[in-house]
Amino acid sequence: MDIILEGIRQAFILLVTFDPEVMGITWFSLKVSGTATFISLFIGMSVGTVVALTQFPGRKFVVSLINTGMALPPVVVGLFVTIFLWRNGPLGFLEILYTPAAMILAQAVIATPIVMGISLAAMQQLPKKLRLQILALGATRLQMVRILIREARLPLLAAVMAGFGGVISEVGASIMVGGNIKGYTRVLTTATVMETSRGNFDIAIALGIILLLFAYMINLVLTYVQQRERPR
Amino acid sequence: MKKILEAKNLKVIRGGSLLVDVPGLEIFEGDTLSLIGPNGAGKTTLLQALSYLMKPSAGAILFRGQAVGTEQRILEYRRRLAMVFQEPLLFDTTVFGNVVSGLKIRGTGGAEARRIVEAQLERFGISHLWDRSAKTLSGGEAQRASLARAFAVSPEILFLDEPFAALDPPTRESIVTVLEKVLAETKTTTIMATHDRNEALRLSNRIAVMEAGRIAQIDRPAVIMNRPVDEFVASFVGTETILEGEVRGVNETALMVRVNESEIEVVGKGKPGERVVLFIRPENVTLSIPDGNVKTSARNVFRGRIGRIVPLGLFHRVEISCGFPLVAYVTTHALEDLALKEGMEVTASVKATAIHVIRKSIP
Amino acid sequence: MKRDFASIIMFALLAILFVFPATTAAQPAQKNVILATTTSTQDSGLLDVLLPIFEKKTGYFVKTIAVGSGQAMAMGAKGEADVLLVHSPAAEKKFMADGNGVERRLVMHNDYIILGPPADPAKIKGMKMASEAFKKIAATGSIFMSRGDNSGTNAKEKDIWKAAGVKVEGEKWYQQTGLGMGQTLAVAAEKKTYTLADRGTYLALKKNLGLDILVEGDGILLNIYHVIEVNPKKWPKANFAGGKAFGDFMVSKETQDIIKTFGVDKFGSPLFFPDAGKKEEALGQ
Repeated sequence: MDIILEGIRQAFILLVTFDPEVMGITWFSLKVSGTATFISLFIGMSVGTVVALTQFPGRKFVVSLINTGMALPPVVVGLFVTIFLWRNGPLGFLEILYTPAAMILAQAVIATPIVMGISLAAMQQLPKKLRLQILALGATRLQMVRILIREARLPLLAAVMAGFGGVISEVGASIMVGGNIKGYTRVLTTATVMETSRGNFDIAIALGIILLLFAYMINLVLTYVQQRERPR
Repeated sequence: MKKILEAKNLKVIRGGSLLVDVPGLEIFEGDTLSLIGPNGAGKTTLLQALSYLMKPSAGAILFRGQAVGTEQRILEYRRRLAMVFQEPLLFDTTVFGNVVSGLKIRGTGGAEARRIVEAQLERFGISHLWDRSAKTLSGGEAQRASLARAFAVSPEILFLDEPFAALDPPTRESIVTVLEKVLAETKTTTIMATHDRNEALRLSNRIAVMEAGRIAQIDRPAVIMNRPVDEFVASFVGTETILEGEVRGVNETALMVRVNESEIEVVGKGKPGERVVLFIRPENVTLSIPDGNVKTSARNVFRGRIGRIVPLGLFHRVEISCGFPLVAYVTTHALEDLALKEGMEVTASVKATAIHVIRKSIP
Repeated sequence: MKRDFASIIMFALLAILFVFPATTAAQPAQKNVILATTTSTQDSGLLDVLLPIFEKKTGYFVKTIAVGSGQAMAMGAKGEADVLLVHSPAAEKKFMADGNGVERRLVMHNDYIILGPPADPAKIKGMKMASEAFKKIAATGSIFMSRGDNSGTNAKEKDIWKAAGVKVEGEKWYQQTGLGMGQTLAVAAEKKTYTLADRGTYLALKKNLGLDILVEGDGILLNIYHVIEVNPKKWPKANFAGGKAFGDFMVSKETQDIIKTFGVDKFGSPLFFPDAGKKEEALGQ
């Protein structure tokens, strides 16, 4: 118990004094997960919207694929991305294993189905007749999609937050493809694992607190979105 | 009057079923056409086909003589019409943001857009709600906003798909009144699908009765009501007598309404010169043999000749021509008692209190 | 329409711009040296001191991948690492025999210690021979926490069981974590079991553990570190030049001096003993 309390005390000192190593790891984590989320936003939201709004043969199958993708275990993604990026693997020529690029790639693969699935649900929840009303107002296809996205902006924001939440807290894939190299591919989660195994509980707890803060903020946004009323 | 919209050999087939089959339909500028019919008759489908929100499986739609077929034409056409649905379908923004959306889509912005929006809000009585979130509006307010949004783009044709069906009667009444006024002002060509016969009568100059995707009859309201072309139309519009007339005189309790050459007394309020529509329920029509001494307390006694007699189970539907078309329900018993036959002379009477009158503002 | 295209292009540009800063300075391949080593080596903190010196001196960028000795050698055998710093002599010899490595050089050693709860139910405290101590643990059925991950520590542990003539597979008192040294120590401390650990990791975590050193000093407990360059003839993609430079660096006099004093200020005794140039058999005594 004293270890924990002492750790918490040290952690606060690290945080309040903006310890450079902790801040560096935090900022890097944000960059990596932020970029991965951005990519997943792009791909996930566009594909999710298209699938939601169009009818095509095999649509049900595609939807179930997306939903399965949402439940992909991150560590499995990490394993497959690692195998692909090995020097002797199919994408070895890219030489990005153990670099931030590999981490962004793995995290994007993890986040994209999440963003895609929730975007799909968000767009599908819009009243079917709304599309007709927008077309009746004289909108082009593209204008209609933009208006629909704006209408679903809050659930879509939730999709992005969920994607971000999924990757900022992910550790298995990040260790495998990144290697947890100091100052280069070390992020909040991988550093927490390492510092714990080293016995540096103060740093581990400090990093853990930061991760909790992120989780809390994401939760705030999601709750707000969830509790809002739908327009008539 | 100019022809504004025409449908030729219009067919809509979905999932193997023929939903709409209209060989020809012409709509003229200034028309207010109501589509009435039971659920599944194809009213909504026809509406969506005419506005090209749904692509017809066969046939052509001509707007002011030009066929609407290519992508470009469809968009141009859509930008000259407006549609209001049963649900307001407002966007998640302010009332102002909603009403201006049609203009923004057309690239109109700034001060001019603001001017137009303010005028429409004023027109529909919701100026005070301009910056309220659409989510917080009541049903009536929301539908007014939807209408304002439609009129903001100055549509050449207004399509309405059962726009008042989801509102409670008092709200409905006030919105219909507003719409009536706006339509009279703008003389916008309107095509409206509705369940409500009273609305159809009140707002339209032509009614189309639809059955299984076809237009069974399309004509002026009085004709449809009084001269249904077949059993279906008859049973759908109801077998009540519906008469158009003009108020000739008024006293404290009643109106004297002139229908064709006859004068009918009706309990109600009105002003001389007003055009009205009278509803006479067939059960309230009493028949008697002209020479009989049946005394009734009815003021309205008319002599006429029996037209068709149609048995309808518990009673008979008797058509009478007495200066205007009148329908009475007579029990089998009474029928035999009076030995009523087609072609016979007969006296029909109706209590002034049993006649329903509404004002009509569309000529 | 045009505005829509513009926003799509802007999105794409932003995506690209975002990616670049995050990947910082993308190093050309030859500059990277992938060093596969063990968790205990990394946890000791020695590499945090040595690597910056190496990188500054040679311009190479070392990517330290800390896994168990077993996995490190597996990586080397697949050509996915350039140089290994491991401590599992028997497995290393096989690695060399398979032609996976070019040169195997002795770098340093430290020792393993047998740890256990202060209560010491098997009464092994102070024993001189590790194998005898293990025999007693088995005899009393006291719980032993093994890493069970084919690491150097795990290999050494298995050697001692063999020397003691004890079969451990399937025994209820023999538990395996499959985790690194630090975590295994944490589990052993929590459950108050016996375990085998390298002195370096123990010293680093001692203050939080509550486990005592019960047996030390036996020759079999020596933990010897070698540096091995991966064979470029077998794996042309391996950065042989970089691997060799690292190997040379580890056995250089300056580095050996640093190793000699590493940990003294923090723990009172050095964590490693430099051995470059010596013969393996001469160690310990």
